Amino acid sequence: MSLGRKLALAVLMLVLSAAAAANWLAPAGYAKQYRDAAGATPSHRHWLGTDDIGRDRFARVLYGTRISLLLAPAAALISTLMAALIGGLAGYLGGVWVRLAKGLIDLFLSLPWLFLLITARALMPLNASPMFSVMVTFLLLGLLGWTTAARVLCTSAGALRTSDFVRQARAAGISGRRLFWVHVMPNLKPVLYAQFWISIPVFILSEANLGILGLGVAEPMPSWGSLLKELEGLVSVGEEPWKFVPLILLVVVVTSFQFLLSRQEEIAA
Amino acid sequence: MRGLRWKIGGHALALLATILLGGLLSATLVRLAPGFDTDERELDPHLSAQSVQAIREARQKDRSILRFYFAYMQNAAHGELGTSLALGQPVRTLLRDRAPLTLRLIAVGLGLAWLLTLTLALSAAWLRLSVYDTLTTIVSGTFLCIPAAVLALLSVLWNAPGSLAIALIIFPHTFRYTRNLLVKGYSRPHIVTARAKGIGAARILFWHVVPVVAPQLLAVAGVSVSMAVGAAIPVEALCGLAGIGQLAWQAALARDLPLLVNITVLVTLVTLLANSSADVIGSVVRGQDA
Repeated sequence: MSLGRKLALAVLMLVLSAAAAANWLAPAGYAKQYRDAAGATPSHRHWLGTDDIGRDRFARVLYGTRISLLLAPAAALISTLMAALIGGLAGYLGGVWVRLAKGLIDLFLSLPWLFLLITARALMPLNASPMFSVMVTFLLLGLLGWTTAARVLCTSAGALRTSDFVRQARAAGISGRRLFWVHVMPNLKPVLYAQFWISIPVFILSEANLGILGLGVAEPMPSWGSLLKELEGLVSVGEEPWKFVPLILLVVVVTSFQFLLSRQEEIAA
Repeated sequence: MRGLRWKIGGHALALLATILLGGLLSATLVRLAPGFDTDERELDPHLSAQSVQAIREARQKDRSILRFYFAYMQNAAHGELGTSLALGQPVRTLLRDRAPLTLRLIAVGLGLAWLLTLTLALSAAWLRLSVYDTLTTIVSGTFLCIPAAVLALLSVLWNAPGSLAIALIIFPHTFRYTRNLLVKGYSRPHIVTARAKGIGAARILFWHVVPVVAPQLLAVAGVSVSMAVGAAIPVEALCGLAGIGQLAWQAALARDLPLLVNITVLVTLVTLLANSSADVIGSVVRGQDA
């Protein structure tokens, strides 16, 4: 493992550990309001100051990191499973199924990702409970983000379908279902893993975009997207630089993912 | 030539089918959205029972997705795109008024993005200095890790034009592919030999490298149009620019079915036209090369 990847892994472990220890590092929680210190600047009591309604920004960053870093992989898992089911199965079955799957994929890919995501998210209830909004946001990411992975899996499964070992297995009388689950799917594992890891930073960024546009996780629950929404109220960059901490954290985490993913992208290609 | 005609014909058919399906997908999404049947005007105490009933009946017409979509296509064929529910204006007028701003924003954004991409990628491929290569990779990688909406917000903070935000959203994606293509192109044996023989940089680029990488570069250019259309939404919404991106944003929030279906069809059309054009031009270039 290269030095860059080791460093990226260390950074990710550090951020994950801090997010996991949020209850211990910020025991008051993300929603507690310090009414006497609304809009406070950083101090030993509030390391990153407080927001307009007096909530500790450091606590919100920790809990927001936890939500974003827990649910982005969950959404990536959903999208990878959907890609495996639609792309993998169509590629394995071949013929008209490949054309149908590719048509569906092309239909989804013809709409820009952010446009599709914003439209779909805006159509869900916006005044829902915070927990429901978290689930809806990340579920949508998972349900809409399968197309690119499905295309790769469709091609990979198609190559396997015409490979010698599958032909031999078919000639030996192995049933189609067994062939798919026991022989084809295990060979798609590297591509599946790669697609899963590639999706995580994409979903983290997408959630951030939705959050800034007011379509992400509902208040008072924090996520990187909702924390970045605070930047909207800034008049100048140098005015309150501590408000950029969630952005810096997001960039550092996504960069770390990109470093770790360079190998996965080679596999996916 | 006949093969090219078939290719264009096939593309046109696929394009039409995808556009129609894209519109249907959008209409279905809106129709299935929770709360579609409700209209906040019904809560207005100033309206009489008959007025509320009239609003409900007007809404009933859109209940059946297929019926709505069929009627929409019939009207669209005659140039009638319906009326926006939220803004109360003809969709055609709204699109006509806002399209120039978005087109300008996207065109300038794409131009800037490709200028930056080609400058950095060409210099990286030509110089082959590891320090320079690392530096350009870090710069593009950093922009790749910043959400599009944050770049839009920063452009507001720094009073930068929205097209610059669009350029910085697209640039890291196009740079990555273009740099790899050019590095691969420049490492071909005949180009290495040409450089060793002292043939000029411009001649090598335009005679040997460009013909090899052009089809793939065109494909990336096609995809970058789709990216620019997507990027226009947060940029226009957050920078307060009254273009189609902002209109799409407002239509989605207001669940404005007629407006959303039209915008989806328009966005799908632009994206597919860009991709298909890139594909067809790429085929022509490949054909000439062969």
